[in-house]
Formats: sequence, C-alpha cells, structure tokens
Amino acid sequence: MPATPAPRKAARACPPRWGKIAAMLVLGLESSCDETGVALVEVGSGNGPAASGTSVPASSRLLAHTLHSQIALHRAYGGVVPELASRDHIRRVVPLLREALARSGKALAEVDAVAYTQGPGLAGALLVGCAFAEALATALGKPVVPVHHLEGHLLSPLLSTDAPTFPFVALLVSGGHTQLMRVDGVGRYTLLGETLDDAAGEAFDKTAKLLGLPYPGGPALARLAEDGRPDQVALPRPMLHSDDLNFSFAGLKTAVLTRVRDMGGERGELDDAQRADLARGFQDAIVEVLVKKSLKALKQTGLNRLVVAGGVGANRQLRAMLDEAARRRRLRVHYPELEFCTDNGAMIALAGALRLAADAGAARPAGTFAVRPRWPLAELMSPAD
Amino acid sequence: MKLLALDTTTEAGSCALWLDGRVIARDCPAGRSHSETLLPLTRDLLAEAGVPFSGLDAIAYGAGPGAFTGLRVACAVAQGLAVPFDLPVVPVGSLLTLATACGAATGAQRVLALLDARMNEAYAGRYVRGADGAFHPEHPEGEDRVGPPQDIELPDPAEGWVSAGNAPAAYPALAERLAAAAIPHHPALPQAATVAALAAARLAATPRADWGQFDAALAAPVYVRDKVAFTVAERLAQGGKA
Repeated sequence: MPATPAPRKAARACPPRWGKIAAMLVLGLESSCDETGVALVEVGSGNGPAASGTSVPASSRLLAHTLHSQIALHRAYGGVVPELASRDHIRRVVPLLREALARSGKALAEVDAVAYTQGPGLAGALLVGCAFAEALATALGKPVVPVHHLEGHLLSPLLSTDAPTFPFVALLVSGGHTQLMRVDGVGRYTLLGETLDDAAGEAFDKTAKLLGLPYPGGPALARLAEDGRPDQVALPRPMLHSDDLNFSFAGLKTAVLTRVRDMGGERGELDDAQRADLARGFQDAIVEVLVKKSLKALKQTGLNRLVVAGGVGANRQLRAMLDEAARRRRLRVHYPELEFCTDNGAMIALAGALRLAADAGAARPAGTFAVRPRWPLAELMSPAD
Repeated sequence: MKLLALDTTTEAGSCALWLDGRVIARDCPAGRSHSETLLPLTRDLLAEAGVPFSGLDAIAYGAGPGAFTGLRVACAVAQGLAVPFDLPVVPVGSLLTLATACGAATGAQRVLALLDARMNEAYAGRYVRGADGAFHPEHPEGEDRVGPPQDIELPDPAEGWVSAGNAPAAYPALAERLAAAAIPHHPALPQAATVAALAAARLAATPRADWGQFDAALAAPVYVRDKVAFTVAERLAQGGKA
C-alpha cells in the first residue's frame, strides 16, 4: 500500500482538539510471530499540522490491550515452531478480543474499523489474525486496515506516557529486525540503515544458545553479562566504522563460537565466570555498534530525538549507554514501556487508527484477504516532503 | 434454523447455507486461494438468500483433518463471523463429512474415508451407518488416524465397504490395494453442504443448555497430525544438535 501523507487542508480545518471532533474506534490484531495481541484505540478524525518539525499525530487513546505470549510453548523446541505458533493464535484470539472489549467498556458494534498485521512475519501465524479480522469486519459491515508490522513498531512510542513528537529517529531492534529509520509523521518514513544479515535480537538468541542458555536466550544472556567483566573477551565491532548506517551481526556470533572453542567450551569446560565474560564481551560489542550507529543517524539527519523500539530496546546496558550519550550531547531518548516494545496489538491498533485519521483511504472493504509474509519495508517508505 | 457452513479442508473450498432443511451451496472458484474467495463467496450467498450475518443462528466449519492452513482459514473465518452475534460455532470432522457424502451418493453403509495428508501420509477413518441413518465411527473409541498409505489397514471387503476421498489419487499404491481388495472407490471431497446438514443435525440434537461447547472461543481445527516438531531433548536423544 503506498503511504499517503496527511492531507494538509483537512488537517487545518480540523485541529486535533480532543472531544471536539468525531472519534473513531479501531480494533487492532497482531499475530505475526509468537505473540497474539488485541487492542482498542480511539482516535480523532483530524490530523495535526503536517509541516516538518512540528507535525503531531491525531489525538489517540489506547482504551485496552490484551496479549498472550507463546514463549513457554516454544521453549522445549529451542525456538519458535511456526506451525505451533499458528495453532496457538487461533485458540487465543477470541478470548483476548473479549477481554479487551470488556476492559475497554466498548461493544464490537461500536468498532469503526479493524486493523490487523498483514506482514511481514510467519505466513501461517499472520493468516490466523488476518482471516479472523477480515471475517469479523465482514460480519460487522466495517472496513479493514491492513498494517505493516514495522509501522506498528515505529509508531509504538506514541503509546508511551513519554511520547515523542515528529520528526525522530527510530532504532528498531528485535529478534526479527534491526533498522534505523527517520520518522517524519504517520506514513512518512525513511530507511537510514538496517542489518545485512542477522537481527540484533537474533544474534543475542543464537549466542545464548552457544553458551548453553535456555530459550529465549537473549534476556538470559543479558543477565549473564551483568556478572561478566568488561575487556576480558575482545570481540569485533562489525561495521562500526562503515560509512553507512547498516549493521551486520552474523560474524559476531561466529567470533563468539571461535572463542568458545578456544576456551574449551565444546568439551563443556567453560565455567560460569568464563561464560559471563563471553556474554559481557558479546553484549559490549553489540551495544557499542547499536549506540554508535544511532548517534551517527542523529548527526546525519540533524535530529535530536531518538526512539528505541523492539524487544532488544529493553536491554539495560543499551539504555545506560544511550542515556549517557544523550546527556553529553543534549539528545532526547524515548523508550516505550516494555509492553509496547515487544510485539503487541496496541501498536497495530494505533498504526491503523493513525493511518485512518490521516487518510480515510487507508481503509478498504473487508472480504478478499492475503497475508504478506515478506512485505518489503521499501513499500512503506514515503520520505519527508 | 439458518446455519452457514464453511469448508476449506482441501483445495475444493465451499460454503453452504442451511435454511430449515433447504441447502444452497457455492464452490470457491478453482485456481484461487481460499483467502481470496471464501468471504466474498459467503457474502454473496447470504445476500442472495436475503439473510444478513446477524440473521444467522449458527456457523459450522470443516474442522479437519486436512490441510493445516485451510483448516485454520475456515475456523478463523467462522470465529470472526460468529463473535459479533454470539453465534454457536460447530466443528464437523472432514472424514465424517466425506463418509456421509459418500453414503448419500453411493448408498454405502460402511465408508473408509481417506484424505491426502501430504508428506507421504494419509488421514484415514472408518465410518458406519447407524440405526439413526447417520454415520458414526466404526468403533466408539474409533479415532481418525494419520500414517503412511501402506500402513492403512483395509477393512473386510465382504462387509460392503466403499472408500472415499483423494488419498488414492495421491498414492497410486493405495489405489491398487483398494482395487485388489475389490473395495469400490468414490473420489469425493468434503463439501460445505454436507457440513451444514451434519452441523444442523448436531445442534438440533443438543439441548440449548449444552450449547456452551459451541462457544467461538473453543473452536479449533482437528489436526490429527499433532507431532509437528522435535523438542530440543528429542533432537539431542537422536544425536542431533540443540
């Protein structure tokens, strides 16, 4: 779907004064990987002035959101099993929807549009949310708003109590993504850089596995790293000095593997202190790259607001280093609450609602559906005017 | 009773509307995915009959076994259509559907229902017409099974069995075994019209007080093939990697 900037005329005629304008109720569904999420967002139908640097999104309010994580389901398998993920989504979606409706105090009949994650993600998992959402909207006689999962993450900071204003640079770091984006408004995104191989979270999980940590290894590795000593295990900083804002983490994982072998890890001879030092060395490397590239992106764009989204955004060392850099350079770093960092329905409902508020054409009639497991990010791009 | 039935167990998708015994059925156009065609087809069917979604009494879906993705499309669509109006959602097994359709078409009293399960396996279930005229599993504890076609135990041909479904077409060796055993084959596929009739009968036979079992939240496909991945422990036990 081509991104459409907010219509400026309509925006001026309809300032975002909450309560004065007709509100729309948007239901959002997320099922792209191993989390089922449902949420209800209320949004004003007007948009703020769209001029670069001052634009604010239409006023929106999260009424309720519910989430089920499948982490426990996949643990025994050491990773997400796509078929099992699909099987779980279909059992969770109705109870989660009912709970979200109950918490919001709204009835389905009041819903104006149904937003859902159309991609990218696991095809079977996406299809459950998509088929359910399309059928629900068909029965209600309401339109649907198919949402790009990454747009949900990009706009998720607006759910935060400490919401940033546009424009900002977003560092999106999760098990599936590592991207630096410039965000000028709803539907106005520019890709600044991305990973050329593994996502940062993926590197965390794979390295954790090398160190014998249970799935999901990323958070466990971060905890282990807190006991490790810095500078004990020197690891490469991939692409730290490259001219672009791209990342590469596959080599880092291989470097850890080599170190594990050197230290006798394959024969099970690593002690806890050695594993902690390895974890620390790995985390130091990955965090340094993420921080340096983020700062470089801010410098390059001339912006001073950074938003960190995605599950890796919860990493304490990453936050500490970014905060320190922010203090030195008078930057603002925004971290959405953890529940909005990882996959959730709220960000999908919000993205759908803001799209709809900016452009009624974002909605289409429900009925014929298809998921987009490999939806290129480029199709979401609509750079700043 | 006005009941909508959906079946996307196989590539032959369909929907049907049960109107107090009268059935109107529509097939999904071939060559296009069910996700493209199922909902528009359903909406047109209801519009034609002058029944709004809010005017339905229940929704049924072909629960499987069958293609995993197809099973979830029918189930999720049934749930999505049912939730706004709190309609009961009735699962109907695909092998029972197949046996019932075969019995109606051929007059068979005993049907060996066989569906292609891919990965060199087939789903198989034995169904027998009961005193009530309806088909039931041959054994009360009889369960639909999945396994290699060569492992499917064929019933005694003298008992008058007929086989049905697409597994023999997928596995010629199975077709040859059926022919050698002189078990006639009816190459039917599960259809929403049969799903509708079976679901309507089941609802009629279920006291309203027990309709809680048809809550949309409980609707789920019946996969039969439940082992879809090895755990870390199983991989290690087989000498593999974690």
